[in-house]
Amino acid sequence: MKANTILRIAAWISCVLVSSAQAAPVAPTLTDKLPAVAKGTTDHSKLKELQKPFKTGPEVTKACLECHNEAANQVQHTKHWTWEVVDAATGKKLGKKNIINNFCTTTISNEEDCMACHAGYGWHDKTFDFSKQENVDCLICHDSTGTYRKLPGDAGHPVYERKEFPHGSGKFVEAVDLNKVAQTVQLPSRRNCGSCHFFGAGANGTKHGDLDTSLIEPGKHLDVHMDAKGLNFSCVTCHKTTDHQVSGSRYEMTASRTGPATPRGKYDEHPAACQSCHSDKPHHENPLLMERLNAHTDKLACQTCHIPEYARNSIGTEKVWDWSTATTMDADGKRFAYKDSAGRRAFDSKKGNWTWDSFLIPEYRWFNGKVDFKVVGDKIDPTHVVEINSPQGSANEPGARIWPFKVHRGKQAYDPELKNLLIVHTAAEDDTALWHNYNWPKAIKAGMEVAGLPWSGKYDFVSTEMSWPITHMVAPKHDAVGCAQCHQNDGRLKGIAGVWLPGQDRNGLIDTLGWLMVGLASLGVLIHGGARVCVLCRPKKNEGKDEQ
Amino acid sequence: MSTNRIFLYKRYERFWHWSQAALVIFMLITGFEIHGSYEWFGFHRAADLHTFTAWTLLALWAFTIFWQFTTGEWRQYIPTLKKVDAMIRYYVLGIFTNAPNPFQKSTVKKHNPLQRLAYLALLAFVSPIIWGSGLFYLFYAYWKDGAIGAYLDLPMVAMIHTVGAFMMLTFFIVHVYLTTTGHTPLAHIKTMITGWEEEEQH
Repeated sequence: MKANTILRIAAWISCVLVSSAQAAPVAPTLTDKLPAVAKGTTDHSKLKELQKPFKTGPEVTKACLECHNEAANQVQHTKHWTWEVVDAATGKKLGKKNIINNFCTTTISNEEDCMACHAGYGWHDKTFDFSKQENVDCLICHDSTGTYRKLPGDAGHPVYERKEFPHGSGKFVEAVDLNKVAQTVQLPSRRNCGSCHFFGAGANGTKHGDLDTSLIEPGKHLDVHMDAKGLNFSCVTCHKTTDHQVSGSRYEMTASRTGPATPRGKYDEHPAACQSCHSDKPHHENPLLMERLNAHTDKLACQTCHIPEYARNSIGTEKVWDWSTATTMDADGKRFAYKDSAGRRAFDSKKGNWTWDSFLIPEYRWFNGKVDFKVVGDKIDPTHVVEINSPQGSANEPGARIWPFKVHRGKQAYDPELKNLLIVHTAAEDDTALWHNYNWPKAIKAGMEVAGLPWSGKYDFVSTEMSWPITHMVAPKHDAVGCAQCHQNDGRLKGIAGVWLPGQDRNGLIDTLGWLMVGLASLGVLIHGGARVCVLCRPKKNEGKDEQ
Repeated sequence: MSTNRIFLYKRYERFWHWSQAALVIFMLITGFEIHGSYEWFGFHRAADLHTFTAWTLLALWAFTIFWQFTTGEWRQYIPTLKKVDAMIRYYVLGIFTNAPNPFQKSTVKKHNPLQRLAYLALLAFVSPIIWGSGLFYLFYAYWKDGAIGAYLDLPMVAMIHTVGAFMMLTFFIVHVYLTTTGHTPLAHIKTMITGWEEEEQH
């Protein structure tokens, strides 16, 4: 009976296995004879508008606009075009057009070079026409070939003729085949956004620390969402884009978002925040741990635990840029440069000294999403390190969280009399530019003239700091920062005000008195016990002590 | 000299005592690690184990309170001042001169008057401090934004919890030492294991 049942079950299982292993003959379907499905609804290579030979970028844009007739206007309303953001709180004009940083310092007077990363063509100087639609660069964001390149010195135009770059390096950049690029456009990939955002401040990984070319095809360990063999998110999966408005901004950051997850497609004013998909109670481990981790989300940004280190690759990121050594020449009075042991730039007579590193632990501070910027012309206090951008927020603000930052430190030119940071004209092939003449006063004079600001004629170098929120390179959960990384005497959050960390924080008086009490009890016990032992060991005089 | 055997501690009582002992010791070990006094399990595991042990101990207590009341054993904890002075004199002097213990255990009086006072203090003072603060610690996220949050914060809760822990540790040291004060050093422990008290007749 029993054996019979087992046999029957075995027969049934083998039936199932055999039937699933044999591919069932598939009946012909209606779609069989159709061509394979293409990506997107339009094959741009078939459009007659894109067949004529293009000589320049604007010509391509005009062709794009014949169909996508609202696209340029949409782009012109974004900061990818204006490079300007008005801070709603202070009225200050921010954006790359207006601020000073402590990398290349400023775009003002250096547009010819900087605009290689402008989503437009021909921004040579302040006369640029921001309303001209054909000057919008569609291809920098929509190129699918990886061949569309814009180089410093061309004010945002792509490479039209094969040329040597960097100048004198013996390396050549091929001319872009504009027709091919135009006919194969795509939605922006990581490579598109990265063509500028990975190269901020002039070289791969320099500026952000959590953005570099390793994110073009990242492994899961580097970024759990962008994992090329896994979720394979593109930038716009999180930075949800509507009418060319890309969500998420360093100028208007979402430092915290509470409440449940909002699925994509629903209205959401903070789509780029982790919580917009994960909610503010994202942990579902065992009940004990889950509760405790979710209770952390009112104090910590997700990134604080889930990005244990940034620049987690050999590319690394720049930690220090010291302009004060720029214009130092070799014994023959010639420009020289050298790299560090990992092949990253360490010194150049044009630009000064750099320090780079990889696998960096962020610095942590309270952040409510607001950043106070020093802009061109703002007074500074040179007796202290100047915080060019100062993340705001403190423990008692409900919207503030402890965030991870890359802090980039530098020394840069300032006016010791008028007490403001200086605009230096660096990039041009003429005698007014620092990278050509190696003459600070001439370069400052030219820069300040373009900026329309007074200069006392004196200059010196001041230490500055910039804080860059770390939010990319999210590690798989088993690589998240462990509890003891903060819950210990010298943990990551040492010195952060307004939090009580078991394992780090304790009341000294209670500990002293507590251990004193424990010590006295132990001592009392030892003395009492010792005395009893002595009494017992004494030669007994009185008889009749018990048997043993 | 003969000995008289009485059955003092019932099976549940002994189970309760020893499992509670193990849990309390474990909570002290993990608790002081969370406090940052040393590193053994690592903070994460220590915190997990501490919390888990706390819930286990609470469950044990739920059964024990039920047991205390259904058996009437709770009366063992009613404090008395009678013979307290004699007990003190015994521990300070008598114990060294082989004087007889002024207290004779019986099934209705298992604890000497000093013990009763100590256990009552533990029950009525130390336990509420530890358990109250411990639960507030665990459920911090649920009260910090509410009305309680206006009067209480995490540092306060943590400090009260630590004070309780030091008291418990002190109790533990003295308690363990006093187990050696039976007619042989291990007599009390043996009784607590077997349930049988071998009483010395004087």
